[in-house]
Amino acid sequence: MGLLSLAIWVPIFFGTALLAFGRDEHAGAVRWMALIGALAGLAVTWPVYAGFETGSAAMQLVEKSLWIERFNVHYHLGVDGISLWLVPLTAFITVIVVLAGWEVITERVNQYMGAFLILSGLMIGVFTSLDAMLFYVFFEATLIPMYLIIGIWGGPNKIYAAFKFFLYTLMGSLLMLVALVYLYNVSGGSFDLATWHQLKIGAHAQTLLFFAFFAAFAVKVPMWPVHTWLPDVHVEAPTGGSAVLAAIMLKLGAYGFLRFSLPIAPDASHEWAWLMIALSLIAVIYVGLVAMVQQDMKKLVAYSSVAHMGFVTLGFFVFNDLGVSGAIVQMISHGFVSAAMFLAIGVLYDRVHSREIAAYGGVVNTMPRFAAFALLFTMANAGLPGTAGFVGEWMVIIAAVKANFWVGMLAATALIFGAAYSLWMFKRVYLGAPGNDDVKALTDINKREFLVMALLAFMVLYMGVYPKPFTDVMDASVAELLRHVAISKLP
Amino acid sequence: MIDNLSWVTAYPEILLLVMACVIALVDLAVKTPLRGATYVLTLATLAVVAYLQGSYAATGQTLHGFGGMIVSDPMGNWLKCFASIAVFVTLVYGRGYAGARDMMRGGELFTLSLLALLGMFVMISGHNFLIIYLGLELLTLASYALVALRRDDLNATEAAMKYFVLGALASGFLLYGLSLVYGATGSLNVTEVMQAIAGGEGSLKGSAQVLVLGLVFVVAGLAFKLGVVPFHMWVPDVYHGAPTAVTLLIGGAPKLAAFAIVVRLLAEGLQPLAVDWQQMLAVLAVLSLLVGNLTAIAQSNLKRMLAFSTIAQMGFLLLALVAGVVGDDKSNLANAYGSAMFYVVSYVLTTLGTFGVILLLSRQGFESEEVQDLAGLNQRSPLYAGIMAIFMFSLAGVPPLVGFYAKLSVLQALLAHGGSFYIGLAVFAVIMSLIGAFYYLRVVKVMYFDAPAQTAPIEAPVEVRSLLSLNGALVLVLGLLPGGLMALCAQAVAQLFA
Repeated sequence: MGLLSLAIWVPIFFGTALLAFGRDEHAGAVRWMALIGALAGLAVTWPVYAGFETGSAAMQLVEKSLWIERFNVHYHLGVDGISLWLVPLTAFITVIVVLAGWEVITERVNQYMGAFLILSGLMIGVFTSLDAMLFYVFFEATLIPMYLIIGIWGGPNKIYAAFKFFLYTLMGSLLMLVALVYLYNVSGGSFDLATWHQLKIGAHAQTLLFFAFFAAFAVKVPMWPVHTWLPDVHVEAPTGGSAVLAAIMLKLGAYGFLRFSLPIAPDASHEWAWLMIALSLIAVIYVGLVAMVQQDMKKLVAYSSVAHMGFVTLGFFVFNDLGVSGAIVQMISHGFVSAAMFLAIGVLYDRVHSREIAAYGGVVNTMPRFAAFALLFTMANAGLPGTAGFVGEWMVIIAAVKANFWVGMLAATALIFGAAYSLWMFKRVYLGAPGNDDVKALTDINKREFLVMALLAFMVLYMGVYPKPFTDVMDASVAELLRHVAISKLP
Repeated sequence: MIDNLSWVTAYPEILLLVMACVIALVDLAVKTPLRGATYVLTLATLAVVAYLQGSYAATGQTLHGFGGMIVSDPMGNWLKCFASIAVFVTLVYGRGYAGARDMMRGGELFTLSLLALLGMFVMISGHNFLIIYLGLELLTLASYALVALRRDDLNATEAAMKYFVLGALASGFLLYGLSLVYGATGSLNVTEVMQAIAGGEGSLKGSAQVLVLGLVFVVAGLAFKLGVVPFHMWVPDVYHGAPTAVTLLIGGAPKLAAFAIVVRLLAEGLQPLAVDWQQMLAVLAVLSLLVGNLTAIAQSNLKRMLAFSTIAQMGFLLLALVAGVVGDDKSNLANAYGSAMFYVVSYVLTTLGTFGVILLLSRQGFESEEVQDLAGLNQRSPLYAGIMAIFMFSLAGVPPLVGFYAKLSVLQALLAHGGSFYIGLAVFAVIMSLIGAFYYLRVVKVMYFDAPAQTAPIEAPVEVRSLLSLNGALVLVLGLLPGGLMALCAQAVAQLFA
């Protein structure tokens, strides 16, 4: 079994074992088992990174074997510079989520932990699939555990949120399924992505394909105006669910743009780039303004996620090295920062059981250590230099200015709005005198929570101070992708 | 003179008939309330028959017997093998339920099930219009009696009445249509009919108008049997009214036989008229998907919901049959009908399990028919909730479960030609399955997100528990490794049109 297979199946194996044998009577053992599974999952991604040959645009660690003979579907895995960092990121966030749910989840612990572990394996599968059908199977299968996570452990309006999440994203991906089958027939019976990348497709068909993929990926990212599911879902999802959703699941959509839309329909991508840029700018500016007026902390961070993901799609569609690299860096940094933001809200929610900003105030008085972490994450969310949040946004803004000054300028305003909504929330929640008796009764974070926060803080600072390991590996792959996209696919 | 080969083609049928009679006699001496001896004997018969059919199918040979009235080909043999297994599973799931509802005063449940299966066998292997009709009548007559088996239950009696009246009407349609086709072609043999029509005006005995009129009636009769809109009225009432064990017997294995006669009559016999019947099927499919899915949303009764879901699923199945012949191009025949076969087999597999869970939750005096009766199943039994969730996600077509590949195959068959009509149908079908996902998800929601209304422990005999687990595992495993079954269906059907 190859390394990538291990990265996919180790967490799924542990997750399935937990579902089969875990009982609430020995919840402690279940938690430790889940942690071991998550750590094992993370450990097997280390050689994936360590063994990666920087400077090559080729797919590495390739595994290929026939899976479904009738449709010529292959179990075909591989990583390149684009997907490399997303694999350990997923495994890392899973460890964090298992730790974050440690004492918080007391009912059906095995199902909670099992769902996250299985989800982790499935998402790594999405990032490493080189066969479109395999990709689709992983992509869709992620809906099942997430639906259950939101529905079982979610907030008061969880059922609405679970259905909205499932049906909204299913709608997009079903249209993509039609596109995939169409491409299978056009390519003479192949689901191989590399084959599809070479396919000549007419302008009309490219446009249809582009929008079929857009339906699937834009909903997932989510781009304005199909972002409306995200705030509802984030508000109701349990803390761990929100963290995984923001940190990883949104990236499935962004990743799809890079693997499907751009290389398969390059002419349509160029033709519709104006629309994508416009939608991205609306996400960055308008949704940023929407974030500012939120009363609910989770909603605020959810809207800020939409705004940050706007940078990602903006970076893709300005078609230059810096933009695409910046967008991928933004995907990774947003993974750390958004997970940290949601987990910080979770820490408060576990104590006070409210997400309203108005229910807090002066938290720094009772939870000084926690407030320090929260300040760091807030700064990262606002894109302060020296934190992870800065690197990607800065690269994308430069790239946008290169492409068109006004696009760049509009994108740069996001830094102002980002700072405004992030810092204003920080001020209202953490600073000042203790707002009420709940806040006065708060206890500071315990060792477990400290560990979770510290791990994330380390990654946020490391990526902000020394982004080289993140950017170096992707250069060759990004250049290759752009070279490929620049060539017309019209027959 | 009946030659030896003819006997070979009908061995399993003969065995089934003999055993049905033997079991009826043996049952007279059985006194235990759950009819242990009859039960074991029936299961043994089914297992042997399934094995026989499986080994026939594995040889891959096509034999014609009784002067071409019966055919034994891989497609038919596999379908018969699966049908035997389906009836086997149905009886295992349904025995406790039937016993608790006074349906086992005699051994009729078992004898009639075997006779119904015999009817399916005859339908599947019939290569002559009359034989096929004969098999259909044997199946439906046994089914009418089975629905009415709980004779002092008002709902069941009403359902039996409705089923009988509408079923008789449908049989009349079919028979009338077949007689018109006979009038036009002068033959009842499937192959001869096909050749007569393909030969054009010269080889026809009657007018081509009569032929098309006959076709309309044949399609209407088949649509009744499949239960597709607008001939679906009986489905929800019968599914709802019949005792759940019998619902499964009607909703499970007979779908395989119905698929077989659609292939035998339309795809084989009336293939030269494909352009005409494909249009009709396309209309039926679109209506079924629309009505089935939208109406299922409004149901609070689980059995009615599954009835409408069946209507929608059958609509999806018809889509695969629409794509076989495009103009004069027959290259997609085996692909399209192979996909349809895969669809129906995976549908039956999933349906068996779904009703298995419902039967499991029903107890003495408690029917477990409402969707709400599943509330909090995850807290009562994570195993059964998990199994049921697998079935629901499979029916909704979510990967990695077998239902997804069934839908994928049908979509692929539809899109193989790339015409805008077919692309339109495919897009319509996926939008409808999005709507369909809602009511399947609602079942999962009730099981996982709602608090249990009752906490009575769920007890099941060991054979039910293990078979149900196996059933669930199979839906998942066939989802992870669907290649084998897909290839089997594709080859079986390809041989039919070779």
